[in-house]
Amino acid sequence: MVTFTLNGQERTFDGDPDTPLLWVIRDFEKLTGTKYGCGVAQCGACTVHLDGMTRRSCITPISTVDGSEVITIEGIEGPEAKAVQAAWVAIDVPQCGYCQSGQIMSAVALLQVTPKPSDADIDGAMAGNLCRCATYHRIRQAIHNAADAMEG
Amino acid sequence: MKKFAIASGVAAIGVAASLLAATFSLAQDNPAEQSAPLKPAAEFQSITDAKQRSWALFEEAGKVIQHPRCVNCHPATERPLQTMAMHPHQPPVVRGEGGMGMPGMTCNTCHGAANVDVVGQAETLKSIPGNAAWHLAPIEMAWQGKTLGEICRQIKDPERNGGKTLAEITEHMAHDSLVGWGWQPGAGREPVPGSQAVFGELIAAWVESGAACQ
Amino acid sequence: MTLQQISSTRRAFLAGSGLIIGLALAPRLSAFAAPKGVQAGGEDALTALNAFVKIGTDDTVTVLSKHIEFGQGPFTGLATLVAEELDADWSQMRAVHSPADDKIYANLAFGLQGTGGSTSIGNSYEQLRKAGATARAMLVAAAAEEWGVPAGEITVEKGRIKHTASGKESGFGALTVKAATQTPPENPKLKDPSQFVLIGQELPKLDTVGKTNGTAIFTLDIATDDMLIAVVAHPDHFGASLKSFDDSDARKVKGVIDVKQVPQGIAVYADNTYSALKGRDSLKIEWDLSKAETRSSKELEADYAKKFAEMGLKATNNGDVETAFGKEGVQTIEAELVFPFLAHAPMEPLDAVFMKAADGSLDVYTGAQFPGMDLMTAAKIVGLDPSKVRVNTQLTGGSFGRKAQFGSPYMQEAASVYAATDGTRPVKHMWTREDDIRGGFYRPMYAHKMRGAIDAEGRIVAWDQVIVGQSIMGKADLDETSVEGASNLPYVIPNLRVTSHNVALVVPPLWWRSVGHTHTGFAVETFVDELLQKVGKDPVEGRLALLTNEPRHMGTLKKVAEMADWGSTVPDGRSRGVAVVKSFGTYVAQIVEISTGDDGAPRVHKVWCAVDCGVAINPNVIKAQMEGGIGYGLGAVLFDAVTLGDGGKIMQSNFHDYRSLRINEMPAVDVAVIASTEKPTGVGEPGVPPIGPAVANAWRRLTGSPVRRLPIVNIVTS
Repeated sequence: MVTFTLNGQERTFDGDPDTPLLWVIRDFEKLTGTKYGCGVAQCGACTVHLDGMTRRSCITPISTVDGSEVITIEGIEGPEAKAVQAAWVAIDVPQCGYCQSGQIMSAVALLQVTPKPSDADIDGAMAGNLCRCATYHRIRQAIHNAADAMEG
Repeated sequence: MKKFAIASGVAAIGVAASLLAATFSLAQDNPAEQSAPLKPAAEFQSITDAKQRSWALFEEAGKVIQHPRCVNCHPATERPLQTMAMHPHQPPVVRGEGGMGMPGMTCNTCHGAANVDVVGQAETLKSIPGNAAWHLAPIEMAWQGKTLGEICRQIKDPERNGGKTLAEITEHMAHDSLVGWGWQPGAGREPVPGSQAVFGELIAAWVESGAACQ
Repeated sequence: MTLQQISSTRRAFLAGSGLIIGLALAPRLSAFAAPKGVQAGGEDALTALNAFVKIGTDDTVTVLSKHIEFGQGPFTGLATLVAEELDADWSQMRAVHSPADDKIYANLAFGLQGTGGSTSIGNSYEQLRKAGATARAMLVAAAAEEWGVPAGEITVEKGRIKHTASGKESGFGALTVKAATQTPPENPKLKDPSQFVLIGQELPKLDTVGKTNGTAIFTLDIATDDMLIAVVAHPDHFGASLKSFDDSDARKVKGVIDVKQVPQGIAVYADNTYSALKGRDSLKIEWDLSKAETRSSKELEADYAKKFAEMGLKATNNGDVETAFGKEGVQTIEAELVFPFLAHAPMEPLDAVFMKAADGSLDVYTGAQFPGMDLMTAAKIVGLDPSKVRVNTQLTGGSFGRKAQFGSPYMQEAASVYAATDGTRPVKHMWTREDDIRGGFYRPMYAHKMRGAIDAEGRIVAWDQVIVGQSIMGKADLDETSVEGASNLPYVIPNLRVTSHNVALVVPPLWWRSVGHTHTGFAVETFVDELLQKVGKDPVEGRLALLTNEPRHMGTLKKVAEMADWGSTVPDGRSRGVAVVKSFGTYVAQIVEISTGDDGAPRVHKVWCAVDCGVAINPNVIKAQMEGGIGYGLGAVLFDAVTLGDGGKIMQSNFHDYRSLRINEMPAVDVAVIASTEKPTGVGEPGVPPIGPAVANAWRRLTGSPVRRLPIVNIVTS
């Protein structure tokens, strides 16, 4: 039996302990903002925050999540999240939108540690999140805009 | 959990590895999951010249040290390497503070406390490696592109070995868990030669015999 | 950062983020509601004024999009067309996918419902404006009746219906039910473009918010508690068939419910996705390769090159090419180019959900690019009358052409998987990334042989191009999609011959974002650049001199040269390249600035892009499509190939060996949309073709090495 918190709620899971966190979130908890894109930690669509840091949920066995705190796109809060989501909307970053939950989770994690990121900081945080629509140009801009907005 | 590859994949993997290398692939190794042999320190007793014996011991240990499994995380640039072909790591992570990656994509975004088998996905990517201390060696400990002699002198140099004494180096090589990962690299990855015990003895014998470098 | 610091960062984050780590006693079941699929055509409570416009009593206007929204913006574009003529306020606009109907919702360019060829805006431009104008007239008629005033005295502005003399005023919602009973006008008058209020504005996209907070529902997200998840084991050779299989281990996997043979492979059904994947991994299968493609990509390439010596199907034959090449003093330049198979690799792998309703009818949820065809296919395989099947197109995580397939082969598989069950439980069929990369329907391999003749005066006098590859349309005779962009070469060259050879393979071909232009654009634009360099002409000036019959090519080229300050000094170690391609009626010119990256491959720093797509409905969406087209095309030309290894095995399988462009590789992009009063044309594809040749041209000028083979990364690693 694995116990963890998901977006602030205590949850338990007693299925196959090897089940990736991604499928626990999606299939068992029915939170579907976190996406499947590759299953091998190459695309970042499944990014969540595990104990406050980005984590690719597709390669995270649920057994390793026992006692941890998981935040998904549905539960993300705080000034960085607000600023990032507002910046995303303001310049219409998404195209198909499928990867954007993961992009936003990475961007929020970046700003939580690096409030005023350089382009290299953005590359460092975001290069693990693929976007086949290639909205990268706007993702970069939106992160800068979010940082500016938070600075006030 | 032993997976059964779909279709005739197994037979073709050797071909796969060679062809993929030509197309800048980041697929895993030809899964020769057995360690190559490593001669135990005792076999070097017959070398009477201490300096010669010492260097011979280090040369043998060098089969481990210069194995891609080890060099991949002792890169000379900001990027770790991957696979036996030592490609730049994908996704393109960079060193960051303490060799732990950058905020937003630290090593532990993908690498957990242990190796994780990947189930039902690419036959050329069978597991994601992991260790509780997963991180890059500091840049002053870079091994990529260096001769074994250079690496040897570097390992002895407290300026470039994290301020360790030779005793501490021996202890690190023989017992450090991240070093030990090299022998347990996870499904689909070729382990470094021998065992950590044999490797540790080689380093200990090298130190005892004067820690000679070429 | 040390490990300890990372741990403390975690704590600091948790302490500082204001999170209330809920210690509420959570119920055993999920606290979250299962996401349902979005019903095609919108909610039942809405009142339909016509096939495209529904208005709710809450004043919302819902536009039924006959085109699939997978990022290219039809929800926003089509809603803009309706809102413009309806005189609605943008804030009241909504969009949903229309039901599947090959008549009512036909793409007027195709004659059946479908999205492709960058036609969504072009074919809808008048139809959707008319739908808006019709709805407006019906609302006005309803108001006139309600208020007892002449319709001609009623005005509509920003969603408010007004009669100034009487002081009457209403929103749309209060009048929608009455409006629906009015007789629609046959030919409502449409606005003159000079009267446009919304068209041409950078209106916010309608689908953005849900795509930033996780609430947008894609097919893969649809869930019910009793849903079966199904994955299919496929062969890793094209043309292979099943010899035998052993599912005893698969059936032992906890959560696996059943295993069935379907025409496409072996289907594993489970209670959850992980069990399905684990079950599939536990199958032991032997495939029969006797009819499979067993040639490698290298062997195919050699076979293609043999065709160069034969006379192919004539696409264009102007002047007398052979005589021109034979003339004294003529210099001949030759180039052979090779293009690999390309997978589309949309972020959302192919998927579909099947749910039987209480009356025995069937709801299908999928990213339907040809909804009518998917519906007929599903009905046939499931054994239902088509009237008993509803295809609910969902927001879709990309396609790039992948989800538009004649005969709906993906739906054949998905429906077969559902049909193999007793149909009582909903079934979600999904492909993994491996199924996608290895699933065929690639941009085919092509080989081009180019010959150019330059006379003693330095004029390009002849052009001879041979194109070898699969016919995407499956034709025995000339396939326009193999030669488009070459056969109608925009450059004035007196002797022009373009021929093609159709090659038959069991590897299924498909269009891939910009279809034939993916390779013809590259071949034409790199070769003309090489010829111009040979005769010492500037790439921009030289092109302009050959484009005398093509004012819109010239317009975009001049604009992009101005944007990039073409001719100004380029920083040391950098080089620029240019390309201009018309595709799907839209003209796009791009200039790139590159250097050699750390890995020895081109590093693209900046792209300037000018686009002429006629009337610009939403310049923001147009710019986004150019940016995206550039990134998609750049990733492919730099990194991508699906290759067949010795014996024909498909070599790539996931993003680790089929690379996608990443943010650190994305150039800065500056897009200018050229003002135009021409009819609008599409933008989903035309951003793609120029980027590859522009980069290759810059690379050749930087290094002296022409790019003859894609992807470019092979130059570095081979």
